Amino acid sequence: MISTYYAGLFADVGILTLGALSVYIILATGQLSLGNGGFMGIGAYVASYLTVALHWPVTPALLVAGLVAAVVGVIVGFPALRLKGIYLAIATLGFGEMVRSFFLVFEPTGGSGGYRGMPHISISYIWVWAGAIVLLVLALERSRLWLEMRAVHDDETAANLVGLNTTVIKIGAFGLGAAVAAICGGLFAHQYVYIEPGNFGFDRSIDFVLAIILGGSTVGLGALVGALLLVLVPEWLRFLVDWRLAAFGVLLILVLLTRRQGILDRALIMRLTFRKTA
Amino acid sequence: MTHLLTLDNVSKIFGGIRALSNVSLSVPPDRIVGVIGPNGAGKTTLFNVITGAYRATEGNVVFDGKEMTQWPSHRIMRAGIARTFQNIRLFGSMTVWEHLLVAQPHQGNMLRLVLPARFADPVAWRRAEEALDIFGLGAYRDTVARTLSYGLQRKVEMARALTTGPKLLMLDEPVAGMNHDEAEELRLLLLRLQGQGLSILLIEHDMPFVMRLCHQLYVLNFGSLLAEGTPAEVRSNPAVLDAYLGSETAC
Repeated sequence: MISTYYAGLFADVGILTLGALSVYIILATGQLSLGNGGFMGIGAYVASYLTVALHWPVTPALLVAGLVAAVVGVIVGFPALRLKGIYLAIATLGFGEMVRSFFLVFEPTGGSGGYRGMPHISISYIWVWAGAIVLLVLALERSRLWLEMRAVHDDETAANLVGLNTTVIKIGAFGLGAAVAAICGGLFAHQYVYIEPGNFGFDRSIDFVLAIILGGSTVGLGALVGALLLVLVPEWLRFLVDWRLAAFGVLLILVLLTRRQGILDRALIMRLTFRKTA
Repeated sequence: MTHLLTLDNVSKIFGGIRALSNVSLSVPPDRIVGVIGPNGAGKTTLFNVITGAYRATEGNVVFDGKEMTQWPSHRIMRAGIARTFQNIRLFGSMTVWEHLLVAQPHQGNMLRLVLPARFADPVAWRRAEEALDIFGLGAYRDTVARTLSYGLQRKVEMARALTTGPKLLMLDEPVAGMNHDEAEELRLLLLRLQGQGLSILLIEHDMPFVMRLCHQLYVLNFGSLLAEGTPAEVRSNPAVLDAYLGSETAC
């Protein structure tokens, strides 16, 4: 039996892994979303409302939360088509803040007072979800759809001119990323059994981006590595007391200076698994 | 005779500039048609209008019996046109093999698309292997395509175009940057593809190459058609000699 301290940390790793994956899926098409905290919030509130007010079991509540967020993601994806680079990033940031502000004044789910009463879930339940979604993404990475997403990332015009419907691909990526972020949010809500709009703000979105950039933004497993580091390293640095977050910042900069693509990339995975480079 | 591709009085105006002016041309089935003309004559603009990268300001483009002037690019390409680019456009992160899989048309249900391609889509897998063979790219299968030599990158781009299963292949300066042997190898390959029923429309500056390969030529100058006909007819057309080839050029 692991201590409750580490159990809590590993629950956080699972939740953050999903958050990082939600960014990764959208990033695979060359779009940077700084608003995934918003999708997470939608997922958290929808799932919690279903389990608390309507007494649903957690699993179907998470699935519905994922679907609702996917629809919102697609809706956000449309205006995103007209924006690129930092303009898109800022627009998604605006979306995230909009969601946070919405739940701040939305009384049925407690408004600024937060929302409580969710059944608590186990760490293994979190990891069944996280593990399943990681495996799904790993399978997806070997699919033709993923190649199409990478084509849009590499050269959108050329992708269009070899017959790919780049509009559908980009919007679909937003929908899928939003669904994963929502499940992340639903798990978060039922792990902490209390949520408030501040849980899903800008800093949450940044955590997701940070995890995938640190872990390796060109491979799905990067989300797992990034989440592990982002949760565990600040804990290991506790002996530095007040200096630990500053020290973490220095570590982060050092990693990115030496490996801009993040810790994991395809070449490293190939070497670690003794396969020839592909 | 029914043509595979027909352009009827197509014009493209950018601001006040007529980049293309009332261009009519047609590509019959199983034929290799060349578009030649000096730099800035509008050849690449013509390609961009046909493939939907630009929208024609006036006129119609009809392909395979379908009026497609207003279609978005991806729909035009899926209807059976594939192209390469003057300045090669490969996907920066992809290996040669990935290029051969990425552009293939979808068939069957969604699962084929979202599951690992090796198991889920054996048809696409086989077609990519064929393309690898046809272009002799087997040795570079898992190399990131952008790191290859210029000539090989052109081959990858052409192979990618062919994996879409086109009826019409459009090549924008296919032998630019190739040496004589590579160009000859490509000429034979294009003839073989044409023999298998593919139509080809190409832009090229290499006159000996064009003259030996094409069944029919169109000459563009300042956005307008200056001449058309067989290579022999075009070569002896005084207007062409004057405007483009220069009077002492012998091909």
